[in-house]
Amino acid sequence: MSSNEFVLEMRNISKEFPGVKALDDVTLQVRPGSVHALVGENGAGKSTLMKCAFGIYQADAGQIVLEGNPVSFADTRQALDAGIAMIQQELLPVPQRSVMENFWLGRYPEKRYGVVRIVDDRKMYADCKAVFDDLGMDIDPATKVMNLSASKIQSMEIAQAVSYNSRVIIMDEPTSSLTENEVQHLFSIIRKLRSQGVAVIYISHRIEEILEISDEVTIMRDGRLVGTYEANTLNNEFIISQMVGRTLTNMFPPRENTPGDVVLKVEHLTSGIERSFRDVSFEVRKGEIFGIGGLVGAQRSELVEALFGLRSVRSGSISINGTKAVITNPIQAKRYKLALLTEERRATGIFPALSVLDNTLIANLEKYVRRNGLLDEKQGISDATRHIEMLRVKTPSVRTHVENLSGGNQQKVIVARWLLTEPEILILDEPTRGIDVGAKYEIYSIIADLAKSGKSIIMISSEMPELIGMSDRIMVMCEGRVTGILDGKEATQERIMTLATQLS
Amino acid sequence: MRDPASKGSNRRLSARSIREFATRNAIILVLVALVLVIGIVRNGFLQPDNLVNILRISSVRLIIALGCAGALISGGTDLSAGRTVGLSAVIVASLVQRPDYASKIFPNLPTLWIGIPILAAIAAGMAIGLTNGIVIAFLRVPPFIATLGTMTIAWGAASLYVDRPPLGAQPIGGLRNEFTNLGTGSIGWPGFSIPTIIVIALIVFGIYWVILNKTQLGKNMYAIGGNVNAATVSGVNVRRNLVIVYTIAGILYGIAGVLLAARSGGATNNYGQGYELDAIAAAVIGGVSTSGGIGTVGGVLTGVLIFEVLNNGLVVLGVSAYWQQVVKGIIIVAAVALDIRKYGKKR
Repeated sequence: MSSNEFVLEMRNISKEFPGVKALDDVTLQVRPGSVHALVGENGAGKSTLMKCAFGIYQADAGQIVLEGNPVSFADTRQALDAGIAMIQQELLPVPQRSVMENFWLGRYPEKRYGVVRIVDDRKMYADCKAVFDDLGMDIDPATKVMNLSASKIQSMEIAQAVSYNSRVIIMDEPTSSLTENEVQHLFSIIRKLRSQGVAVIYISHRIEEILEISDEVTIMRDGRLVGTYEANTLNNEFIISQMVGRTLTNMFPPRENTPGDVVLKVEHLTSGIERSFRDVSFEVRKGEIFGIGGLVGAQRSELVEALFGLRSVRSGSISINGTKAVITNPIQAKRYKLALLTEERRATGIFPALSVLDNTLIANLEKYVRRNGLLDEKQGISDATRHIEMLRVKTPSVRTHVENLSGGNQQKVIVARWLLTEPEILILDEPTRGIDVGAKYEIYSIIADLAKSGKSIIMISSEMPELIGMSDRIMVMCEGRVTGILDGKEATQERIMTLATQLS
Repeated sequence: MRDPASKGSNRRLSARSIREFATRNAIILVLVALVLVIGIVRNGFLQPDNLVNILRISSVRLIIALGCAGALISGGTDLSAGRTVGLSAVIVASLVQRPDYASKIFPNLPTLWIGIPILAAIAAGMAIGLTNGIVIAFLRVPPFIATLGTMTIAWGAASLYVDRPPLGAQPIGGLRNEFTNLGTGSIGWPGFSIPTIIVIALIVFGIYWVILNKTQLGKNMYAIGGNVNAATVSGVNVRRNLVIVYTIAGILYGIAGVLLAARSGGATNNYGQGYELDAIAAAVIGGVSTSGGIGTVGGVLTGVLIFEVLNNGLVVLGVSAYWQQVVKGIIIVAAVALDIRKYGKKR
């Protein structure tokens, strides 16, 4: 138990999946009481490495040393008991149950009455509250998890990790669904954990955040270690260049689109649901990139999903190319040449068990039905392959199951799906969420090319540089209302943020 | 198409490649092993007559299982399969009784062209399937409950149909040879012939394979079963597809009912009892996922064959009827546990 310089050491870890070397001789050393950022493109192996540490995967080769002792975990429970916790990217507690029941799941405190054991609700509540209070979290242990915001659920999970007396807490993309304020709150929690001697391993694509919060940064690329650096010696450009292995001269591609006539006109659109979007009016032009900004809760996704016929509308009107459009389901939306890339890729985008081919063709199958009722497979494969090559989807073949691709490539497959429907108006809801920097640039280029070819793009984004860098105009919403529409050239982060917080 | 990793292992049969092959094809290996083991213990099992008999029985079961598999793949289930088969069987049987048969259900019924009773029976199956589809797609009743309801209704309907007060429910016998030939006869030429029932099952199998693999409906079924929300967003008409899936299933049960009546030469209101569970079990043994989105017709065929080889084999081996149930239950669970390793590997 002498002086362990590192609380967690992963030495020369390798891990292979059928056909893919996911980790190749990676070493990671984490100091106690520090925030250690782990960065790399999607598919670089960050999550895989952490899953090896957390017992979800077992490394093929290498050694994991926790507080000086070699360990190997068969499952996550062993890792938790040993003092490693992981807050996962797509977290799924039991939403119908209360916070405390989720909190103590798998380890409910019990009272014994002879042979009878009764779950001790009062102790659960009190202990839960104590952990929350200690971390400065304002959550009632008795509320149902489904009533909590994403940020609160995350706080709950961090508190849960603390309650396991974790020495190492791994956070995988913890800020991807948080607003600016919530991110700052998360950081204050992380700093508190650090001051208590906990090591936080922080996986993120947001480099500004990494530079703000971390002490050390380990960069990975293609399953290999690039290097570990002191955070204060780093800058944005260096990290990006090390991640992608090349220097990014520009964050955003040049745009050569010229907005033309109005193709979509939305007037006074109001949701059928209380406290959703109200009185929304805007126009989108041919070949325009129309950004929609705002904080979480601004009802932006609800708005575009209503445009696409997925949500009800109480009043207002939509006109497409000058004629009134009534859209009550996605089938009609497709007839009006609309396409929607949803925010929740896993929940409403991909078909994980289907091939890249089937995922690409699914929105457009009717085009491939021959006169005899069968599908024209050859045409389907050739169209899918063409789009997949055009969008540079990295996949061994079109027959590969889409669940085996990285997030960015899955996103491109969905873009390909919608391009095949030959849309005039593409609605992209957080198109680069959870996608690494290199792939982001590719998505931006695709968006710019589409606009140049005369497609209209509506892009929701929570990343302000992205909104400003890509949009011709930016509509900002706050709590269901439009608070302003800015010209892309005049827009600044400050102006957007002012509008986004402008409660009327 | 082949992943590069398998190239190296093709050259030599390493222990690993054998294990991988075994994992991937566990179900077929189970079938082969069953046939071999039973055949070695009881030579009679491998007699051509016995094997053909297994295939005849499997024919009806395969058609039912395909219907259930469709429901499973699209994310649902179908408990009404067995009783729908029973209803179709009594309907077709009642309309093809010999004119001189003593206790006919319809004493004054003229001798009908054989197609009419068959179409009537299939129409009855289709009606129940259509009902399932509408209730599931438009009233949003969970498939388990919706088909539980129609299962009960179909049984009641079949019982009412054969109920002849004051005599009560009557078994229907004395079917015309022209009809029973569908179930017991063969087609071909002297020296080579195939039982008609097997031919029909193979045709249905072929059509269903085409539907699942080559049509828009099939692709949509996998998509709906795999991720219904993504299917909705992609503009797949989920409701219409579900109605079609269950209607096709109903048609298949109708066909199965006709073949069952033809093979056994009669029908009672208890025909088809429990067939839905056998069908679901066979489909699941064959790799169809109960949570939807996964399954192949080849797998369903293998599952049905395992089930029927087992049924026949246990009789041939002289296992008591009660023990047969226990063994069958164990095999169902064991086969699925084996098959699931195929997916377990990935995580």
